[in-house]
Amino acid sequence: MNKSDFTILIADDDPDYLFQTVFNLEKAGYKTIAVESQAEAESVILRFKPSLAIFDLMMESDDSGFILCYKIKLKYPDVPVILATAVSHETGLSFSIDSEQEKSWIRADRYLEKGIRAEQLDQEVMKLLKL
Amino acid sequence: MAVLKVLVIDDEPGIRSGVSRILNNFHVTYPFMDEDYTFEVTEAATGEEGVTILDRDLPDILLLDNKLPGIQGVDVLEYIRKRNYDIVVAMITSYASLDVAIRATRDGAIDFIPKPFTPQELKSSIENITKQQYLKRITHKMKQEGKKIRYQFLSVLSHELKAPLNALEGYLRMMQGKQAGEMIDDYATPIERSLQRIQGMRNLIMDLLDFTKIRLERKEEKIQEVRLADIAASAITTVQPFAIQMDIAINLDIRSDAYIMADPDDIEIVFNNLISNAVKYNRIGGKADITIDSSENAAIIIFADTGIGITKNDIENLFDEFVRIKNEKTRNISGSGLGLSIVKKVVELYHGTINVDSTPDVGTVFKIKLPKKPITIT
Repeated sequence: MNKSDFTILIADDDPDYLFQTVFNLEKAGYKTIAVESQAEAESVILRFKPSLAIFDLMMESDDSGFILCYKIKLKYPDVPVILATAVSHETGLSFSIDSEQEKSWIRADRYLEKGIRAEQLDQEVMKLLKL
Repeated sequence: MAVLKVLVIDDEPGIRSGVSRILNNFHVTYPFMDEDYTFEVTEAATGEEGVTILDRDLPDILLLDNKLPGIQGVDVLEYIRKRNYDIVVAMITSYASLDVAIRATRDGAIDFIPKPFTPQELKSSIENITKQQYLKRITHKMKQEGKKIRYQFLSVLSHELKAPLNALEGYLRMMQGKQAGEMIDDYATPIERSLQRIQGMRNLIMDLLDFTKIRLERKEEKIQEVRLADIAASAITTVQPFAIQMDIAINLDIRSDAYIMADPDDIEIVFNNLISNAVKYNRIGGKADITIDSSENAAIIIFADTGIGITKNDIENLFDEFVRIKNEKTRNISGSGLGLSIVKKVVELYHGTINVDSTPDVGTVFKIKLPKKPITIT
C-alpha cells in the first residue's frame, strides 16, 4: 500500500501547528483531515474511520486529547492514535504510555512532544501503520 | 458529618470508659463549619500501648494522663513531637505540677483537663480543641490551594509562551528545507503567520508586565485624583489605528466629568484593555461606545460594542486567567487571555465592580463602577 492510501485525522487548536503538521504529512504523501477542536474531531470520528489519528492534548478542555483517544478507541479499536502535546515539559506533569497501568487509561499508542521534526513524525506514523 | 479520632491514654479504667461514653454521644457544630464533628474513641491503658495505637491510627485528638505505669505522659508527648504527628494533645491529670505543665506545654500539649472532670468540662475542652483543629486544617488547605493556583498559572503561562515558539520553529524549518518551493513568495503564509505569532507573544509579555505590576506594586504614594475622561481619550488614541483598519467608530460620551482617586496607570490598564477588546471582537464597520457617568459615590464607565458577543456559557469563566473563547469567530483574533483577568483584578483592588451583559452577534456591554472616595488599597 502507498502512503496516499492512508488518511490521517489531526486535531489541534493551534492553527499553525495544524498547518505545519498537515503540510508535513501531505508532503510525505498521506491524505489528511484537519480539525481545530475536540468537538469537530468527534463529529468526524462519527462519520469516518481514519487510518490514524493525531490529537493535541489541550484543546477546549485540558484533557480533550485523552477524551478523543478514549472515544476513537471505543469506536475503532484498531486505529492507531498519537497524542501530541507541549505540556509535559512545563507542567512537570510527566506521563508516558510505557507502563501497563498508564496504557490502561491513556488509550494512545504513541505519545509525542510537539516540535518534533517532519522526518521523525513520518517515521512514527510509518511504524504505527506498519509501512 | 466528619469524624475525629480520639485516643485516651489513662491507666484508670473508669476514666477511659467515662471518656468513651461521653464523647461517643457528643457532636460539635459551629455556624462557620461545613459539617458537624463527631468522635470515635479508642482506649489505651499504658503509654506503650498508646504509642502503638498512635502509629497505627494517627488519631486527631489525644487525651493523655501524665502519670502512667510505664513510660510517662511527657514521654508520649515527646514521641509525637519527634514524629511530627498532627495531633492535638490535652493532658488529663489530677496533680498538674507546674513543672509537668511547663514541660507538657513546651512539647505540644494545648489543654489541661483536671481530674476528676464532669462530662460538661470534658465536652467544653473537646469543643475548643475541635475548633482549633478545624481552623488549623482550613488554614493548611488554603495555603495548599494558593500554591496550586500559582503553580497552575505558571504551567499555563509557559505553555502559552512555548506555543508561538513552536509555531515559528516549524515555519523556519519549513523554509530551511525549502519544503514549499524555491521562491520566497512560496512562503507568504508562513511568514505572515510568524509575524502574527510574534505580535501575539509581544502582547502576552506586555500583559504579563501589567499583571505583575498590579500584583506586586505598593502604590499608596501613586494615588491621585484621576480624570476618567483624560484616561479614556488617551486610550482611544492608542487603539485608534487598529479601529481605523476595522472601520470602527469609537465614541466617547461624557455624561458626568467623573474623577476618582487612583493610580492613573491602573485605570489606563482598564480602559486600554476594554477599548481594545471592544474593537478587536467587533465586526467591520461596527461601533464602540464608551460612556462615563457617575452616581453619588461612584464613577460609572460603560464599554458597549456591536461585536460578536459572548454566550452565557462562556461568560462564566470570562475573567479567569488565560481564558480565551475559542470558536469560529475568534480564531483569527489574537489575545493573551490575560486582559480581562487583569481588568477584574484592578477593579477589585479599588473595591469596584464589573458586570458583563452580552448577546451573541449583537454586542457586549461591560459596566464598571469605581468608588470616587479615596480608599485603602488592599
